[in-house]
Amino acid sequence: MNDGVQSARWVTRLSLFLLLAPAVLWLSALILIPHLDLAVLSLRERIGPRQYSVSVAQYKTFFAEPLYWHIFVRTAIMSIVATGLTLLLAFPVAWIIAKVLSGRASSLLFVICLIPFWISETVRTLGWMILLRESGVLPHVLVLLGLTQQPIEMLYHDATILVGLVYTSLLFMVVPLVGSFESLDNSLIEAASDLGASSRAILTKIIIPHAAPGMTAGCIVVFMLTLGNYLTPTLLGGKNSQWFTEQIYTQFITRFNWEQGAALGFLLLALSTLLVWAGLKLSGQRFSDVMRRA
Amino acid sequence: MSLAAPLSSVHDLELRSLVKRFGAHTAVNQLSVAVSRGQFFSILGPSGCGKTTLLRMIAGFIAADSGDIEIGGLNMRDVAPNRRPVNMVFQQLALFPMMSVADNVAFGLARRGMARAERQHRAEAMLERVGLGGSGQKRVDEMSGGQRQRVAIARSLVLEPTLLLLDEPLGALDLKLREHMKVELKQLQAAFGTTFVYITHDQSEALVLSDQVAVMNQGRFEQVGTPQELYYSPKTPFVAGFVGNNNAVHGQVVAVDAHIVTVKSAFGWTVRGKSNAPVTVGREATVFIRPEAVVLARHAADLPTAWPAHQAVVESLLFDGANSAVLVKESSGQSLRLALPQTGAFADLRPGEALFFAFDPTQAVCFTTAHE
Repeated sequence: MNDGVQSARWVTRLSLFLLLAPAVLWLSALILIPHLDLAVLSLRERIGPRQYSVSVAQYKTFFAEPLYWHIFVRTAIMSIVATGLTLLLAFPVAWIIAKVLSGRASSLLFVICLIPFWISETVRTLGWMILLRESGVLPHVLVLLGLTQQPIEMLYHDATILVGLVYTSLLFMVVPLVGSFESLDNSLIEAASDLGASSRAILTKIIIPHAAPGMTAGCIVVFMLTLGNYLTPTLLGGKNSQWFTEQIYTQFITRFNWEQGAALGFLLLALSTLLVWAGLKLSGQRFSDVMRRA
Repeated sequence: MSLAAPLSSVHDLELRSLVKRFGAHTAVNQLSVAVSRGQFFSILGPSGCGKTTLLRMIAGFIAADSGDIEIGGLNMRDVAPNRRPVNMVFQQLALFPMMSVADNVAFGLARRGMARAERQHRAEAMLERVGLGGSGQKRVDEMSGGQRQRVAIARSLVLEPTLLLLDEPLGALDLKLREHMKVELKQLQAAFGTTFVYITHDQSEALVLSDQVAVMNQGRFEQVGTPQELYYSPKTPFVAGFVGNNNAVHGQVVAVDAHIVTVKSAFGWTVRGKSNAPVTVGREATVFIRPEAVVLARHAADLPTAWPAHQAVVESLLFDGANSAVLVKESSGQSLRLALPQTGAFADLRPGEALFFAFDPTQAVCFTTAHE
């Protein structure tokens, strides 16, 4: 009898272990181990051939070099702007999907938001380049319409980078917003209107407070994706993009300075964590509530 | 605005030939009614009769196809819901979960641009009046069903509307609480003196609460009257069947004596009832016999001699305290539901027993079945 109970317990433990194993492996192999290694890398300095010592020199370089600082702040600001623009654009789209349209029309609009993601990010971004480059489609059309004398270069501007980032992020904002709006009882809107609320008051007092966790979740996801994006800013911004991930890439691949690259990577992680934390504090949201909506 | 309204207007709500169609379906069909100031007016009807559509038209959420709505003497055509002197208590209450109870009550005042201190003071005073003093800082989900009900009413009444619309607000409550809230609603309405327009499919709610009841069926008002009028003198077979329990006996008119009509049912049972309209012999007719208008006896001799006596056999007993009834089969084979008296005289009644019963023919309404 006792043996039976013991072995049953053992089987339960084993199955639990097997169930958790992929998640544990995934977390440790792809996140924990590389980050530990990067942490060790970032905290050492090369003092001779194959000779290293523990030091914070890599971090010191970051604070001493204005270029790094400039790019760091610029990346953060551009990411915040891109997140804000994505929110502004996704809000009406999600509202139309969730509340205005129904059935087929609503699904169709949702699929239209999804379709760009069937294509790889590289191809999508190259598509933008085909449209916007000096010899591309849009400058040509502008000349044909007589709006410009000669083709203008539409690539390599901050605005171009923002367009690309917003386009890439839209779906990740629309999904949590649709979820938030769908859970909003229509009678709350009617009740507010009945009590004398204008459309503006309904938006600010009922819809936004209700959708706040979903909005925050969308903003966090979009912000993280944007901050860590490499392809879109590099291809659409060219030399002017000055994106922080580009600096990390340069250190690792071009300069072969893994120590500096690892330190910059950690600084980026710290930056995104800090900004997300600040965003949660400012909007008065709790991380656990927000993640349930994401 | 209320000062500008003509003083002669004693009707807080007036509907004139109101029509609303959804495709081929006419939800509200040529409705006209006037509701006097301070009344508790109920619209009673089965689901799908158009009562919710009507209420939403009064609130302004649905536009009428034709006809007029006047509230407090002012025509409401092209007036948006947020500009109407009307407030609504929603079926699911629709309290704002993102706000405290006090903020819910103060919501409408804030929309009018009232200063924070003043509206907080008014919200607190209103909560006090509905018996929720000191609950202002609670969250909506901390309140019980009955308390939420009162918050919803307070949220509307604090705006001092000309008209308060209530869309089956007791539907979501359990039976005990519903009975309690009925009394409370009636007292609230008396205390505030606001005109209430209340829609329900529950005849007991309508009868208990209302000064006037409109019985609605297929987009029309079948009858508008006091609960007593609807109960004792229904004007249409629908009202007779819908308000209170009724036994409908279908048959053919075999004799007419002034207002008293004798009808022979398909089973061959002859019953007498009262018709308010002229009736000719040979017409199809239905006599409605209220279970509670019938006197029961174990011996024919115990029945009132002025009324015709009938004999029946007990089929089954439906014991429900004060609402106990007995299902019987009259000797012709007609099934009837009869109320048991509260005296306990029939407490030992068993299925299969013989029973005698009689009723006043003037209490049993008779309608000819419309055709020709």
